[in-house]
Amino acid sequence: MTSFALDRLLAAKDVVIACGPGGVGKTTVSAALGVAAAARGGKVLVLTVDPARRLADALGVAGLSNAPRRVAPEAFGPSGAAMAGELWAAMLHSKESWDALVRRHAPSARIAEEIIANPLYRNITGRFAQSQEYIAMERLYELHAEGEYDLLVVDTPPSRNALDFLDAPERMAEFFSSPLLRWLTASYRSRLVGLASRPFSQIADRILGTQFLEDLARFFSVFQTMADGFVARARAVGALLRDPQTTFMLVSTLETVPALEARRFVEALARRRLHLGLLVANKALPPSLADPQAARVAERLREDAARLAAGLGGALGGDVRLVERVLAEVGTSFANFRLVATREAELLAELARLHEVFVTVPHLSEDVVELARLAAIGELLFEGAVGS
Amino acid sequence: MSLLERRLLFVTGKGGVGKTTIAAALGLLASRRGRRVLVCELEPKGDLAAAYDCGETSFVPRQVRPGLYAMSMDTEASLREYLWLNLKVPVAGRIGTLARVFDFVATAAPGVREVLTVGKLCYEVREEHYDLVVADASSTGHIVGQLAAPVGINELVRVGAVRSQTRWMLEMLSDPATTGVCLVATPEEMPVNEAIELAGRLEGETTVKLALLVANRVLPELFGRGEEAVFERLGEPDALDALGRALGPSERRSLEEVLAAARLAVRLRRNGASHLERLRRAAPSVPLVYVPFLFGRSHGPRAINRVAAALAEELGE
Repeated sequence: MTSFALDRLLAAKDVVIACGPGGVGKTTVSAALGVAAAARGGKVLVLTVDPARRLADALGVAGLSNAPRRVAPEAFGPSGAAMAGELWAAMLHSKESWDALVRRHAPSARIAEEIIANPLYRNITGRFAQSQEYIAMERLYELHAEGEYDLLVVDTPPSRNALDFLDAPERMAEFFSSPLLRWLTASYRSRLVGLASRPFSQIADRILGTQFLEDLARFFSVFQTMADGFVARARAVGALLRDPQTTFMLVSTLETVPALEARRFVEALARRRLHLGLLVANKALPPSLADPQAARVAERLREDAARLAAGLGGALGGDVRLVERVLAEVGTSFANFRLVATREAELLAELARLHEVFVTVPHLSEDVVELARLAAIGELLFEGAVGS
Repeated sequence: MSLLERRLLFVTGKGGVGKTTIAAALGLLASRRGRRVLVCELEPKGDLAAAYDCGETSFVPRQVRPGLYAMSMDTEASLREYLWLNLKVPVAGRIGTLARVFDFVATAAPGVREVLTVGKLCYEVREEHYDLVVADASSTGHIVGQLAAPVGINELVRVGAVRSQTRWMLEMLSDPATTGVCLVATPEEMPVNEAIELAGRLEGETTVKLALLVANRVLPELFGRGEEAVFERLGEPDALDALGRALGPSERRSLEEVLAAARLAVRLRRNGASHLERLRRAAPSVPLVYVPFLFGRSHGPRAINRVAAALAEELGE
């Protein structure tokens, strides 16, 4: 595998969806991929869906909005001038996107406003976490359909279940065709509750109260007027995920639990016949930690600290006991990190067996906050330590 | 007041910071202090079972150590129990359809599901089945929704059994002597940003109080007073030459690798410390405890033991 692989992959794809366990640096890696892809040419959009505004932090662009914005080439510093393409960034505003969706599908402006003003609707779009997974994929679909960009890089929301977003479009479609939705709204319209459903409505009454059920029913009978449009749209969004021009980038760290989740992810993508294009092992420790000769030196520093410190004599200046402690500490620290690096090497080998195209991004001792650093990581994705 | 004297603790933080490890260790620590403890994984992924190496957990708590019980949340089982306890509804045959009705209502009226899961924990506390209930709670994005649910439901549902339940839940959740949130962050930029943001949202949107900040996976300080200067000096060419000669002619390159690794360790530690300083400043009145990075095994019972020992020392328990 050579750097050619990612170039070739991106030449054939126009949507990259970053996924993986929480806390592994998905947002940073997707932004980095966007930067490096834009540097190679084309109009690239990075869409983040995280309410913590992580992309805004990483890109140094304050107040990203639902509307894509171009990242000024000057923001990249000296390397910006060499950028062949354009980098755009947008952040998902869940509420704004939901409102737009309702206005598009409601039969009239009046109904749209009635839905948007309903407190239940505000709950669904505002507080309800799962709704974000759907709207993220919906927004991706919309941006893709607009055809403004050569490449879309999307960072997926942190969810209860990292795979929720894959099933979100299907669940949205199911929701509208649910017999329960029909039952609830029908009983509201006709005031006739079928015999079969009577026990349930009685229990529901006792738990939630009749008033609340009526509020629900009223809301859903209005909401249902959008069903056809919503369902068709949800199906189209689902189709985009399976489209041959869409690929997934799985990001993980080389830690036990995330690596295990990454493995589940690979399996889940395969089960759904979704295309895994790239596997990124992020925040890896330097390979020199695995060097046995360095480990021997570290051990000698620790074991022989007193003799070595004495031997250095006055060369270092300062207290010999201080030198001894420093040498021992350096040796111990190496041994400690070597333990971690050994575990990482094993996990990397396991990940590498899962997918042939993988990239290792080194652990950087400082946070990635500048575009120049993002660009450096992006270059690694194209040219760095690649496997297979 | 002492953290473990509370009755209900929610452990939260950004995904991947080690919430389950901290929740499992807090539970273990409290049980060793003679308390009867239930630890509940709210979003069951099997992490709690792995932490205690106890086999699969379920809605029915199982004893994993003396005085220590583990369970995982299950909304449908929780609904079944709720209906039985509150309405004496015979649930055996009906739960399938009822669960679907419930699922539907829960989709429309968020908070219903959350009230049930958080309600189950509150119930265990109220009935004094346990001295302490520790929730391995959701990541920062969802915990506010869970803890704010009783308030939201109170606004939406004006009568009914759920309404009266939310009333006593709110009382329990609002009492800082009973309920507290332990917010976990690793010494990195984003986990600390999210922790700070969450601390603000908990204050603004829920009635639950922040009880503890946990800095997890804190790297050790390599050098003490005066040692840092010696270390810097060690990297200069003449010092490298001298040490390289003492180690043997072919070891010079390896020596540089070892020193580079130490420099990385120092930078990582320093960078982490600056983020923890931000965390401390954001919530100066909340105690902040450090749990060291485990170079060896980082999960499983051995790791939980070590984290519990570190927490015991830090909490002075």
